[in-house]
Amino acid sequence: MEFNKILKNALLVIVACLALSACATKKAGTGQMQGDVYTGKDTVEYLASGVPDRVFFATNESVLTTASRETLRKQAAWLRKNSKINIVLEGHADERGTREYNLALGERRANAAKDYLMTYGVSSDRISVLSYGKERPVDSGSNPLSWSKNRRSVTVKAN
Amino acid sequence: MIKKIILFIFILFPINAWGLIKVDITRGNLDPLPLAVSPLAIENDSKFKFQKILNKKDIGSEISKIVERNLKTSGLFNPLDKEAFLQKPDIANLKPRFEDWKLIKAQALITGKVNFIDEKLRVEFRLWDILAGREMMALAFTTVPTNWRRVGHIISDKVYERLTGEKGYFDTRIIYVAEEGPKTQRVKKLAIMDQDGFNNKFLTLGNELVLTPRFNKTSQMVTYLSYFRNLPRVYLLDIETGTQEVVGDFPGMTFAPRFSPDGKKIIMSFAKDGNSDIFTMDLESRVVDRITNHPSIDTSPSYSPDGKFISFNSDRSGYQQIYVMESNGKNVKRISFGKGLYGTPVWSPRGDLIAFTKLHKGKFYIGVMRTDGSGERLLTENFYQEAPSWSPNGRVLIFYRETKTDDKGKGFSAKLWSIDLTGYNEREVKTPTDASDPSWSSLLSN
Repeated sequence: MEFNKILKNALLVIVACLALSACATKKAGTGQMQGDVYTGKDTVEYLASGVPDRVFFATNESVLTTASRETLRKQAAWLRKNSKINIVLEGHADERGTREYNLALGERRANAAKDYLMTYGVSSDRISVLSYGKERPVDSGSNPLSWSKNRRSVTVKAN
Repeated sequence: MIKKIILFIFILFPINAWGLIKVDITRGNLDPLPLAVSPLAIENDSKFKFQKILNKKDIGSEISKIVERNLKTSGLFNPLDKEAFLQKPDIANLKPRFEDWKLIKAQALITGKVNFIDEKLRVEFRLWDILAGREMMALAFTTVPTNWRRVGHIISDKVYERLTGEKGYFDTRIIYVAEEGPKTQRVKKLAIMDQDGFNNKFLTLGNELVLTPRFNKTSQMVTYLSYFRNLPRVYLLDIETGTQEVVGDFPGMTFAPRFSPDGKKIIMSFAKDGNSDIFTMDLESRVVDRITNHPSIDTSPSYSPDGKFISFNSDRSGYQQIYVMESNGKNVKRISFGKGLYGTPVWSPRGDLIAFTKLHKGKFYIGVMRTDGSGERLLTENFYQEAPSWSPNGRVLIFYRETKTDDKGKGFSAKLWSIDLTGYNEREVKTPTDASDPSWSSLLSN
């Protein structure tokens, strides 16, 4: 019993810490980064009103964040409505990795987006994937914020 | 002190003696061997003939400058100032007055003669041991006049080999990616140049993105990645004819190509559905073999010089590390266990080492380790650098380095650099434009 109580208290402390640190990181990125994932709007373009064209990734990661999934659901809805439009998913990495690994990483990121669009009803034959690795950054800066903008998968109309 | 010891050994075992002077190439050479490169002697009528053809006033002197520069760049030799030379080139070539050369502290002397014979360039050269007062080597060869720079490189290779006991790397070329334009829209072209930066030539126009050219060690073929028609695929290029063909035409991106040591296969990565694995293609039969089959990223494959093993880069442990496997894909073993991420493993032409790029705490390193992963040695640290390529004798690495941009994203550059395996003698390899992804050819002669 006593042990359970300690555990409960410890859990409370951990939750509190997490909440605090989450706020702290958000502040550190001046509101534009969460962890090291870009959350700003600077480079974002729109496929249609309210449909952002890109999603962002953490360093060395290809996991879709909650925000990315929301963006991709909007893209999927728009694509279902506009069934004649085909797309290219362009996957990118930041400059802090070797060229060849980054080509593979860009491909992995674009495919993470592709898989998600497919689960939301976009047919795979409308989607092609193109990795640019670190060859086409949008931001030429050498700092964590610039790098976070460059770790991305961009949905581009193919026709 | 070291030189004295070597002198002693050679006196004791004269059978072993291929020269009294010996340059030890295995350690950082902080005391390069002083030597004199006398201008190659040339008679007036030959001089005028060459001046007409090559537009060079004194071809003998030009060739000796190439030799001088090569030997100096190697970091092992200290070519002495020509102003101090007491003997004229033609007389020195017949029989040097060794006391004169001793006086200026030269330990070795290179002399020679150039002639214009039957529309050809004939060169003879000699290497002299000043301290022992004897000739170490004499060679002559004939070639077309336009090859005059190569003559300088071949002489450099012969001298290097005679004095170090190992093959040189001067009569070689570097293929690389020439870069121009803003960082966000780089224009990239394949380019090739002599090892010393001369005879630079662009091989593509820059209409499509090209990356990672690599030489076939047995011929003048190159494999590289091109984004032609926005389809990133592995291509093959014949440098002599300019013919290009796609070889990695798979239903997805093919990249990270390299030749097998016999030049018959290309090994590369193939990315599909978010997964990159390693494949080989036989260039004659076009038979494709899968080498790895793993849901992680497997890339940057490189064969051992005997073709029996492949080193590659994989993130199967969660992060990028270096692995070695048999050439059929069996017995995969991780070999990098240090702190940080490891990439771009490249097997040394000598077979004993693997060069790599390492990322640790925000810094990039070029390093080497033994093929079992032991003996890791970091040669150079910088903001960003990667992609080492070995000189054909396995003594020098060439790689590229990028600079950090400022707050406004300005100040980006990409340049080629070289460093000795010893970790000494780091220097920029000058190129007409920015440059990356260098690959060193094998020796063009012999």
